Amino acid sequence: MSEEKHQHIVPYRVYFIILIALLILTFSSIGITSIELGEYTVAAALIFAVIKSFLVLTFFMHLKYDKPYIRVMVGFVFAIFLVVIVITFLDYLYRT
Amino acid sequence: MEHVHHVEHPDMYDEESSKIGMWLFIFTELLLFGGLFIVYSVYRFMNPDAFHLAGEELNRFIGSLNTVILLISSMTIAMATTALRKGDRKLAIALVAISFVIGFVFLVNKYFEWGVKFSHGIWPGSEHMLNEMSQGEILFFGLYFVMTGLHALHIIIGMIIMIFAIKGLANGKITVNRPSLLDNAGLYWHLVDLIWIFLFPLFYLIH
Repeated sequence: MSEEKHQHIVPYRVYFIILIALLILTFSSIGITSIELGEYTVAAALIFAVIKSFLVLTFFMHLKYDKPYIRVMVGFVFAIFLVVIVITFLDYLYRT
Repeated sequence: MEHVHHVEHPDMYDEESSKIGMWLFIFTELLLFGGLFIVYSVYRFMNPDAFHLAGEELNRFIGSLNTVILLISSMTIAMATTALRKGDRKLAIALVAISFVIGFVFLVNKYFEWGVKFSHGIWPGSEHMLNEMSQGEILFFGLYFVMTGLHALHIIIGMIIMIFAIKGLANGKITVNRPSLLDNAGLYWHLVDLIWIFLFPLFYLIH
């Protein structure tokens, strides 16, 4: 009987608020990259992209309402990807 | 066994398994694009000036426009899953259809964007590229065409899945108790959105 109980219905409002947040972040990243920040432009653009992807994963892709093990799996995959990037760059930075 | 499991779906339908299957597939997609992102960042690191120069060539406006509409389509397909659970099948169909149309508009924009590049003589292996561009610029445009092209292919696949979702909603194969096809169509579309969230700043914004 409790089979369907875990079914969480996300209100339309939540999706709309997330869209507005995503649009604000998009325009902020466009704005911040149009000013000359030199080397920090890449970092700034990527930080905005990471925040946006976090919102998409959490709300649009439903992870907030899913069972914890799915969140752990997704987090683990992204962590591995991050490690691969870091190791690749450690290699390139310290090549002689 | 003290607790007898109540068999609700005799055809072994299992929402959670479907979801896990979709996520595992999404992980393989992340592997595909993740590899390309690493290639991009290494080449950018090795050719900072050429990437800077070549990036100026891209149209920020079209890139931003496509970002905005793709985000909107992500919201509409997410709302479709809510509509289905609230029992509003017609609204769910309409919302998926809107996402489909937005996906199509994205492709039309991409067509014009690539068209401008082609008219400037920029396409993989073109005379202009090989004769007048530096190694770094060739790498930039090579990655640009491969990554946005692969992304556009995912848009097309996402739209095909949406057609199945609309059909399923219309003929009653997707219901409140069997929402997986719609949910997974949504997950796939959000993945396409997620990839674009990184492609957009890396190609269009970082000058």
